[in-house]
Amino acid sequence: MQGKSIEVAVGLFVMVAMAGLLILALNVSGLRFQSDDDEYYLYARFENTSGLNERAKVSLSGVVVGRVVDIKLDTDSYVAVVKMAIEKGVPLSLDTSASILTSGLLGEKYIGLSVGADEEYLLGGDVIEDTQSAIVLEELIGQFIFSRTNESQ
Amino acid sequence: MMNKLRSLGIRALLLCESLGRSAFFLWNILNWGRGFKAPLHRLIKQAYQLGVLSLPIVLVAGIFVGMVLALQGYYILSSYGSQEAVGQMVALSLLREFGPVVTALLFVGRAGSALTAEIGLMKTTEQLSAMEIMGVDPYQRIFSPRLWAGVISLPLLTVLFSLLGIYGGAFVAVNMLGIYEGSYWANMQQSVLFYDDVMKGVIKAVIFAFVCTWIALYQGWQSRPTSEGVSMATTATVVQGSLAILGLDFILTAVMLGGF
Repeated sequence: MQGKSIEVAVGLFVMVAMAGLLILALNVSGLRFQSDDDEYYLYARFENTSGLNERAKVSLSGVVVGRVVDIKLDTDSYVAVVKMAIEKGVPLSLDTSASILTSGLLGEKYIGLSVGADEEYLLGGDVIEDTQSAIVLEELIGQFIFSRTNESQ
Repeated sequence: MMNKLRSLGIRALLLCESLGRSAFFLWNILNWGRGFKAPLHRLIKQAYQLGVLSLPIVLVAGIFVGMVLALQGYYILSSYGSQEAVGQMVALSLLREFGPVVTALLFVGRAGSALTAEIGLMKTTEQLSAMEIMGVDPYQRIFSPRLWAGVISLPLLTVLFSLLGIYGGAFVAVNMLGIYEGSYWANMQQSVLFYDDVMKGVIKAVIFAFVCTWIALYQGWQSRPTSEGVSMATTATVVQGSLAILGLDFILTAVMLGGF
């Protein structure tokens, strides 16, 4: 009888720990079980991606619709090529524009999309032409100081 | 001078000898012929002793470590104005470091010392030799189930430690420090990766479990069959186990982060 209750306790222990791992996976690391069929890939070329990471959000009107999969340097033209995975249920028009934005003043970088008016839609593998690079704070400050000194002269 | 050199040499030789003996000991446990024949009910009994009975200390420690991390993280992060990132900080530090290391240290103190004392006492009362005379293989009957039970239990304990720590941190951050609950979890989910953070922590725990249980069993097996010998072996388990965990943790972290 005592042996039985020990076995039950160990079984419970293992089950609870496995459930804990599942909670860690779903709730803490935000793992989603989705196949590749649920998303398609788009590319965008940026002059400067400073601070953008893989797995960064791709959002449209503030709603997350995808993530950054890969960032590479195109050595022919020396611009960064960002590969994005977008959910299948979100069709984007051909004249969609992409810009690298910052959430909050010091938050992480993400890609914001804004949809145009074109009737036709981007397909998997297409390149978003209309892009705006990340804003680098030092450049902004530099421009500001430059214009101020010009004014005062 | 010569005497000092000689004693140094003796110590070095003894160290080498005990390293070799412990390796042979491990080989005997793992040996295919008997290692995997460990009967299930013995394995379960040991998993109860090592795992289930360690639950209270591990769970309580997990909650408090998570709560302290949230407090400390909040005060550091709020000086940069990014206290919303406290969830991410708590989760990453628990999953990557505190979970595996603190759980393993507690495991050595709670379960490893008990293993050493138990086996040391078996040796003192000549139960091990009696078994061999009766033709019962002590490796199969005593050591192997304990090793595998340890290797199974510690990763499970680690998962629960990290999980409770994250919820303890959430309690402090949300209820005491007034961080919005949504940003606590959202920041965490964005920065924690399942394979790189959660699973690498579990892999660390498996390695720690293996080393800790090995040290505990070996110390019990090689202890001098006196009450003093058993007490020395128990101390050695805790000291060597803790040092092995901390040293290995550095190496594993360096390898996993790709530092080499």
